[in-house]
Amino acid sequence: MSQDSTNAIDVRQAVKRYGDFTALKTISLSIHDNEFFTLLGPSGCGKTTLLRMIGGFEDVTEGEIFLYGQEIESLPPNKRPVNTVFQNYALFPHMNVLDNVSFGLEMLGKSKPEARQRAGEILELVQLSDFAARKPAQLSGGQQQRVALARALAPQPKVLLLDEPLSALDLKLRKAMQLELKHLQRETGITFIFVTHDQDEALTMSDRIAVMSAGELQQLGDARDIYEKPANRFVADFIGETNLIDVTIKSQDGQRALCEFPNGLTLTCDARAGLEDGQTGHMSIRPERMKLHAAQVNPENFTGRVVENVYAGTHVQSILHLKDDMKLTVRTQNSDLGNSMVFEPGTEVFVDVERGAARLMAH
Amino acid sequence: MAGGTAQDNGTQGDTYKEVRDWLLAPAWVTLIVLVLLPVLLMLVYSFLTKEFRGGVIWEFSFAAYEQFFCDRGLFGDEPCAIEWTYINIFWRSIWQAGLATILSLLIGFPTAYFIATRPAHVRPLWVFLITIPYWVNLLIRTVSMRFMLREEGPINNALMWSGLIDNPLQMINTNFAVQIGLFYSYLPFMVLPIYAAVERYNFTLSEAASDLYASKWTTLRRIVLPAVRPGVIAGCILVFVPSLGAFLAPDLLGGAKNFMIGSLIEEQFKGNAGNWPFGAAASMILLTLVLVILTLYARQQARPDKGAR
Repeated sequence: MSQDSTNAIDVRQAVKRYGDFTALKTISLSIHDNEFFTLLGPSGCGKTTLLRMIGGFEDVTEGEIFLYGQEIESLPPNKRPVNTVFQNYALFPHMNVLDNVSFGLEMLGKSKPEARQRAGEILELVQLSDFAARKPAQLSGGQQQRVALARALAPQPKVLLLDEPLSALDLKLRKAMQLELKHLQRETGITFIFVTHDQDEALTMSDRIAVMSAGELQQLGDARDIYEKPANRFVADFIGETNLIDVTIKSQDGQRALCEFPNGLTLTCDARAGLEDGQTGHMSIRPERMKLHAAQVNPENFTGRVVENVYAGTHVQSILHLKDDMKLTVRTQNSDLGNSMVFEPGTEVFVDVERGAARLMAH
Repeated sequence: MAGGTAQDNGTQGDTYKEVRDWLLAPAWVTLIVLVLLPVLLMLVYSFLTKEFRGGVIWEFSFAAYEQFFCDRGLFGDEPCAIEWTYINIFWRSIWQAGLATILSLLIGFPTAYFIATRPAHVRPLWVFLITIPYWVNLLIRTVSMRFMLREEGPINNALMWSGLIDNPLQMINTNFAVQIGLFYSYLPFMVLPIYAAVERYNFTLSEAASDLYASKWTTLRRIVLPAVRPGVIAGCILVFVPSLGAFLAPDLLGGAKNFMIGSLIEEQFKGNAGNWPFGAAASMILLTLVLVILTLYARQQARPDKGAR
């Protein structure tokens, strides 16, 4: 099979089985040059397995992996121009920071002074020059994380693999590191493949995201695609918060379809799910794409009763009961202009769904 | 924990201290009765005068140490020259014990590594298998080893039958036999501490080394070995020290030529021919030697930049 040598990584029909258990079911995907690519999914979805297959730590049961056109799936890790930032950093405990960072360069045949000088430069890049002589155990979690990053970047890999590198950090540090990683990726121009189960992290940093579940690729696209046009129920539910409603198609006219909720209410939505009239599907409406009004503003508005308001800093989350106690969550952004659209519990209100916000999916 | 609290809190600290002292009492009694007193007894005996039918006369004397280090000629009237007989025996013992330690390390390390890298649920079985021979008394095992190694023993028979050799190999009563005996006696003391260290080793470090272009050999040398060093050193001490004082293997497998310290000391306390003060003096010299070696190891371990973890 001919390969596009401009892609950083091409995974072709890759399968991973452990005995009877299939961890990865026939995955094919291409990761572009100079891209921040994220493998996103819940634990056990196969994202780490795929990353370890690219790194060479797991055999590929079937299929091929190409790195800039070169077939690599049978090479051992030390023969692949790819480096990894491990989840728990895996820093060498008996070596100081500088020796950790220069290790890869030395292994590539650089002389000790040359390796050390280059390691020093990389440490400067991650702002750890003052800690070169320390042992990993003498560093904080965030510093260890940066050493791991410096160590993996020092040999100038063609692709950098990051296995949930931020999961051990506290929220504030994690947010800072997300931006730092993104900057580092732009500065170095190295292709990053990032594994995470945190959808916020994925949305913040990635050029493109592959959402995975149960060993299968669910959707591949940029952050906006994944969030606004989820391919299926799993993606809609996993990324962000949403209202998932089982619906039946009443009628369609090309682009739009009239969908009926279990309680009989109807709503117009996108009709690109390939469903026939009378078939059932899933509808996803993001809570922030709806507004509450005291009076009807649109003929399609439906009524509901506010049950509870939850104040969450940036927004107020309102839980509504529609007809037959069907639950709906609506989010109202907090603003200095006053929360005119937040109503006291018990109030009957009209729900206005933004045009195009109701998304229909077959699965 | 109680120590920390004791420093923080005066009144309560005293109570804790008292309790702690009482709790430590059994350990102290054991140490004093089983370690300190016997060693002191030996120290005292080494400075007494020998009684000809075994035992001692309570009369202070340097005779035992002089006998060990001084050669005063056939009639004992010449000035003191260095006596090489016993120093040579010591030197040979150190050499033998060191060789046995290296042999145990070469076989024991891969064995321990192998066991530690098996799936967690089968590791106890492997450890169990390693310890099975040690359910039989050391004397009986050493005698069996003699049986295995002798000229018409199973090893020679098998080699002759397979046509590899025409005449039986002389294995018994050689240094080689002593080596095999020591190695066989103390191998588990090498395997078990190394196994414990390798089992605790974080194998992601090996993955990281491999990811950073290190070959398997380099990974073993630069990453695995420094991390499991404490286990390796413990294993070496646990094999070297008993090998140094061993007497069963040299006696039963080495014959008269391959005398070691253990046999020398053992003979001084056996029957009527012995010389108790001389045996005690030899023991004290051996003890000093071992302590010096252990102290050197401990020093090296304590060096801050050498600690593996």
